[in-house]
Amino acid sequence: MSLRASLARQGLDGVTLLVLPAALFIVALFIYPFLYGLVLSFEPKVGGWLANYAKFFSEPFLYTTISKTLLIAIPVTVLNVALSVPVALRVRLIAKPKLLTTILVIPITLGTVLVAEGMLNYMGPRGWFNRALLEFGLSSSPIRLIHNYWGVFLSLVITGFPFTFLLTLSYVTGVDPGLEQAGAMLGARSWDRFRTILLPLLVPGILITFCLSFVQAFSVFPSALLLGEPAGSTRVISIAAYTAAFEEYDASMASAIAMIMAAVQVAIVVALLAAQSLVYRGPAGGGKG
Amino acid sequence: MALKDFRELRLDSMSREFGSLNALKGITLTVARGEFIALLGPSGCGKSTALNCLAGLMPLSSGSIWLDDKRVDTLGPEERGFGMVFQNYALFPHMNVAKNIGFGLRMQRRPKDEIDRRVAEAIRLVRLGAQSEKLPGQISGGQQQRVAIARAIVVEPPLVLMDEPLSNLDAKLRLEMRAEIRRIHSSLGCATIYVTHDQDEALSLADRIVVLRDGEMRQVGTPAELYSRPADPNVAEFMGFRNVLPTTASFEGGLSVTLGPAVLAATAVDVTVPGPAVLAIRPEDLTPRPGGSIRAVVQMAEYRGRDFYGLAVTDAGTELYFRAEARVTPGETLFLGADAPRVLVYKS
Repeated sequence: MSLRASLARQGLDGVTLLVLPAALFIVALFIYPFLYGLVLSFEPKVGGWLANYAKFFSEPFLYTTISKTLLIAIPVTVLNVALSVPVALRVRLIAKPKLLTTILVIPITLGTVLVAEGMLNYMGPRGWFNRALLEFGLSSSPIRLIHNYWGVFLSLVITGFPFTFLLTLSYVTGVDPGLEQAGAMLGARSWDRFRTILLPLLVPGILITFCLSFVQAFSVFPSALLLGEPAGSTRVISIAAYTAAFEEYDASMASAIAMIMAAVQVAIVVALLAAQSLVYRGPAGGGKG
Repeated sequence: MALKDFRELRLDSMSREFGSLNALKGITLTVARGEFIALLGPSGCGKSTALNCLAGLMPLSSGSIWLDDKRVDTLGPEERGFGMVFQNYALFPHMNVAKNIGFGLRMQRRPKDEIDRRVAEAIRLVRLGAQSEKLPGQISGGQQQRVAIARAIVVEPPLVLMDEPLSNLDAKLRLEMRAEIRRIHSSLGCATIYVTHDQDEALSLADRIVVLRDGEMRQVGTPAELYSRPADPNVAEFMGFRNVLPTTASFEGGLSVTLGPAVLAATAVDVTVPGPAVLAIRPEDLTPRPGGSIRAVVQMAEYRGRDFYGLAVTDAGTELYFRAEARVTPGETLFLGADAPRVLVYKS
C-alpha cells in the first residue's frame, strides 16, 4: 500500500496541511515564548539554577503574593459564579435577551483600565458615591472603596461578572427545558427541580466557567495597581513579576515568578477538572429527540 | 396498583389563544376513569396545545378543567399529579433508569422501601428488568420509551397524558409499543389522553377518538363510528377517505351521486337532495368490477402484497385512488365502482 493511502486511512491527507498556519502560530507565539521563559527562569543573575525559585519561596515579600492573589481571585470567582447562575436561570426565560446581553458585554469591551478610572472618580473620597452617602446621611464619613482590597474586589466583579455570566448562560440554555417540565409533571417544585435536575446537569459547565473566570481573576494587574494598595494587601503575583522585570531589570526572576504563577493556576484548574470526573458529564438533553 | 379515586375528568370550553390566534376553541369533553382517549388531528390542529393545557404547562385563556368537583386548571403542573409521557421522553440524562422512574415518588417524600418496591413493580410492568442501572443514553429508543411510561405511571396518576410517544420509533417497534401501551393502560385503570396524528394508532388504541382541526372538536366517537361514518368531509379525508370529490346528489328510489357521466348509489351522512354535495370513498372500497360505472385510465399502481393500490384518471380529468385484486398496468382502462354503504355523501 502506498504511503499516501496508508496516511489517508489514518485520516491524514492534503487537507490536513491546512492545520499548519494555526500550528505555527501557536508554536511561535505561545510555545516558544513559554519555553524561552522557562529556560530563562533557570538562568539567574547570581547563584545556582534554582536560585530564583529559592529566593521567591524564602522572601515573605514575594511568596505572600500567592496567598494575596488567591485571596482576591477565589472569592471574586465564587461570587461571580454564584451570582451568574440564578441570573442566567432567569434571563433564559426572557424572550429577547439581546439588550441585556449587550449591556453586560460593555464592561468587557471597555477593559479593566477604563472601569478602574471610572471607579477612582466615582467611588473616591470626593466622588459621587460618597458624596451621596454623606448627603443623605447614610454614612458619617466617606466609605473607603478604593486603594484597598475592596477596590480590586469590586472592579474584578464588574469586569469579570459579564464574562462569567455569558459563559453560564450558554450552559444554562443548553439544558433541555423539557426536563424541567418533566420534573414539574412528577410533582417537583422549583427548588427541587433546580436541586435534582438543573444543578447536576450544570455542574460540569459551572466548573469550566469557574476555571476560566478564576484564571482571569488570578492574573489581575491593572486594577490591583490602580485601585488597590500595590505595596500591601493587593500586592498580587503579577505585580511582583512586573517589579522584577521592569524595576529590578531581572528578566530571569520575572520569568521564574511567571512560571510559579502558571503552576498555581494549573494546580487549581487541574484539581477542579479532576473533581469533574466525579459527576455526570453526558449531554444535558433528554434522550434521542 | 391502587389509583387515586375519581370518576371523571371534565373539560369545560377549554380555550387557548396565542395573540390573535385561537389555538384551541372551546373544547368540552368528559373523560371517564379507565377511558383511553385519542386526540387526533393534523399538525397545527391544536392537539399538543390541548395536552399542554391539561398538563398545566400552558395556562388556559378561558374555560376550566375539573377532576370530579375539584377545579384543576388553576393549579400548577406539580400540583395536578397527572402523568405525562413527552414526545422526546425527557428522561433525566444524569439518573439511571431506576432513579428516573423513582423521581416522582422521591418528590412525594415516600419512604425508601416503598419507593424501591414500587419502582421494581413498574420496571416489571414495562418489562425493563435488566436495564435498571443504566443511564438513558445507554439504552435504545424503545427502552427509553418504556422508562418514560414507567416514570409517568409509577406515581399512580388519575390521568396519563401522552404526546405522540411513538413518533420517534421505527415501524416495527411502534407496533410493539402500541400493544404495550394498551396493555399497560388496561392494567392500571387510569384515564389516558393520547395525542397523535396517526389514524391507525388512534383507531387501534382508543376507546374514543376526538378529531381536532383548527383548534375545534370536529367529531367525538368510537373508532368504529369514526371509521365508518366521519361527520364531515375533512374528518373523512383524515380518516383515510382519499377520494373526496364534489358531486351532485339526487334521489330516485335511493340516494345517488354523479361523477361525470357515471352514477353511483350512495349513503347519506348529512346532505339535502337534490343538490350539490361532496362524496367520500376510501381507496380500498373503490375497485374495478363488472358493471363498474366509472371509466378511468390507470396512471400508476403499486404492489402492496395482497393487492394493488393505484391512481386512475377519468375522462373528465378527475383523479381517483383505487384498489385492485389483480395486477393493473398504467394505461389500462378500468371500470370502477363501490358498494352503496361505502360511498358517503355530505352537503357541500
